[in-house]
Amino acid sequence: MTTVVVEKLDVFKTHPLGKYLRRGMIPHIWCTGCGYGILMGEFLRAIDELGLDPDKIVIVSGIGCISRIPGYLNLDGLHVTHGRAIAVATGVKLANPDLHVVVFGGDGDLFAIGGNHFIHAARRNIEMTVICGNNFNYGMTGGQVAPTTPLQGRTTTSPYGNLENPFNLVYLAAAAGATYVARWTAIHVKWLRESIKKALMKKGFSFIEYISPCPEYYGRRNRMRDPLDWMRWFKEKSVIMNGIDPAKAELSMDRIVVGEFVDYERPGYVELLKQLERRVQESLKKRGIRTHARL
Amino acid sequence: MSEERRDVLTGTYFVIGDVAAAEGAIAAGCRFFAGYPITPSSELAEHMAVRLPEVGGVYIQMEDELGSMAALVGASYAGAKPMTATSGPGFSLMQENIGLAAMLEAPVVVVNVMRGGPSTGQPTKPGQQDVMQAKWGSHGDYEIIALAPSTVQECFDFTIEAFNYAEQYRTPVIVLMDEILGHTREKLVIPEPDQIRVVNRKRPKVPPEEYKPFEPEEDLVPPMAILGEGYRFYATGLTHNEQGFPRTDDPYEQEKLVRRLCDKIRRNKEKIVRVEEYMLEDADVAVIAFGSVARAAKAAVKLARKKGIRAGLLRLKTIWPFPEHIIERLAESVKSFVVAELNYGQIVREVERRVDYRRITFLPKFGEALHTPHEILEGIVRSVRGGKP
Ligand SMILES: Cc1ncc(C[n+]2csc(CCOP(=O)(O)OP(=O)(O)O)c2C)c(N)n1
Ligand code: SF4
Ligand SMILES: [Mg+2]
Repeated sequence: MTTVVVEKLDVFKTHPLGKYLRRGMIPHIWCTGCGYGILMGEFLRAIDELGLDPDKIVIVSGIGCISRIPGYLNLDGLHVTHGRAIAVATGVKLANPDLHVVVFGGDGDLFAIGGNHFIHAARRNIEMTVICGNNFNYGMTGGQVAPTTPLQGRTTTSPYGNLENPFNLVYLAAAAGATYVARWTAIHVKWLRESIKKALMKKGFSFIEYISPCPEYYGRRNRMRDPLDWMRWFKEKSVIMNGIDPAKAELSMDRIVVGEFVDYERPGYVELLKQLERRVQESLKKRGIRTHARL
Repeated sequence: MSEERRDVLTGTYFVIGDVAAAEGAIAAGCRFFAGYPITPSSELAEHMAVRLPEVGGVYIQMEDELGSMAALVGASYAGAKPMTATSGPGFSLMQENIGLAAMLEAPVVVVNVMRGGPSTGQPTKPGQQDVMQAKWGSHGDYEIIALAPSTVQECFDFTIEAFNYAEQYRTPVIVLMDEILGHTREKLVIPEPDQIRVVNRKRPKVPPEEYKPFEPEEDLVPPMAILGEGYRFYATGLTHNEQGFPRTDDPYEQEKLVRRLCDKIRRNKEKIVRVEEYMLEDADVAVIAFGSVARAAKAAVKLARKKGIRAGLLRLKTIWPFPEHIIERLAESVKSFVVAELNYGQIVREVERRVDYRRITFLPKFGEALHTPHEILEGIVRSVRGGKP
């Protein structure tokens, strides 16, 4: 009689991205058909293809389904308060500019409670990458209305239809001063990955909106309960329009304009800060004084 | 004179408390300031804006105090010794992420130059109304350290001490100043750098594979890895185990974590607490005061002694953890207490937890100005007469 010993596969070793996953934190909490796994996978492929030093990447997130991402990644990660990820990330980046700082956040996290931090970080052009998983609602708390819920969209707190006009996130990001802005859906994996790579290498504030299926909550109330309904919507209604004015980047049941909308250079905050520091210190030296302060 | 050192400006100066606190921070190694302007703390921020670039540090004016406090947590985890300064309305907004700092055990220092509240209150007038908020301001169980300087010199000294405590215990530390102190110009002596004691957080002693970010040592404080060093750790504001992994449904981990967060300060209380005991050896009546009020209280004690009343002063240099053990001891030797504070009853409640309220004469004041020594003297006289005027 022969005994066949089947060793349990160690996916952390066998999967090409396994080395980027944190032992003890998998399985994840996301629902079947959730879009966040696709995003996480493309992010990992992006850092892998770029050959970035994983020790120098820091992921910061607030609270929400998407905000669980740093827990699953074998990278430095901070999982902070709802809405404050960008402000925490600002502290991280300014205290150690050598780090690649990436924020993952939901539409509620980044644009409702955290909206102020978003626009100011973009205005300052702080060298960080912000990726928003837009699922049109608050997934984590059970599907309430969000600043991205479409007009008339049904959620647990807009049971008769949403009265509020949703934000166009890419237009908002561009207006606030982001130097790289793109939007993709969960079927645009190849473009998404290339976009993440560009965003990570950008010397400024980069923003990617990722349209993510939430079959469990938004889908349930808006006739997209089956994850495939979302994919069909994305496939049938999205058009790639790189370079168009983000104000015209429509996002509706009839049309999803995706693509890269903004990509230009202006000095980042860290760069300006370093210049300022040099200027201040040179002036101290020239004048032979210890401080400019009047003490 | 060490003209090379731009961080420790050894010398003698005539400055306001806000500036002294800023210089104390820089001398303690603070190289990161994030804040939002608010009277009467703005001079501190303005001074940091001039000084930090000179010493290779970062000054950033954030969009609000929510963001300021959040930025401090990020900077702390990236290895900086960060600070912010604010007053009542801003202190309220900071509570959210003071709680985060307590949970993530991020060393951070918050200076609250207290003014009159509630709400926008009296921006340019002194107050001591945030005593309880400093301890209980964020939700959940946690302990905190708060210091209360009384002089401009102490604004410098105690801010250094605040950073040392923050680093040693991995906790937010609050410096409770008040408008008078923030704006009073007094002598400040900045010592030679080697005369300044600077404490730095404990670092991991094990390689990354073995590192657990919230595994405490004997003092209940875990060594702290810094982002970007290769430890690849995860820190979450959710209830977590020693590895840092969320354990939101586990009553055992919740109890273990909350107990440790509190006990790392409670158990070290006697090492943390600082008080000044003035003429208490033979006192019949003890005045308890802190901050600017303690100066008037000291003058009142002297006046009382001239009148033949054996009065003394217990000045609180640290407010949290509260020095209950000292109050208890004092309750054995004195007959009565006078508590003077610029509010309608905060420190006095803590004293009442240890001393029968009938032995306490409470002197509230609402903050348009300090108590005068005579007002406190009157309280002392009333106190020795058993509360009768
Ligand atoms: C201050 C505060 N308010 C409310 C909550 C509750 N809360 C947790 S996640 C969340 C919204 C999450 O929605 P979103 O950011 O869109 O992320 P998603 O779950 O959809 O990925 C809310 C309101 C909280 N954690 N903190
Ligand atoms: S609730 Fe929605 S966003 Fe959250 S995990 Fe489920 S499908 Fe994903
Ligand atoms: Mg959402």
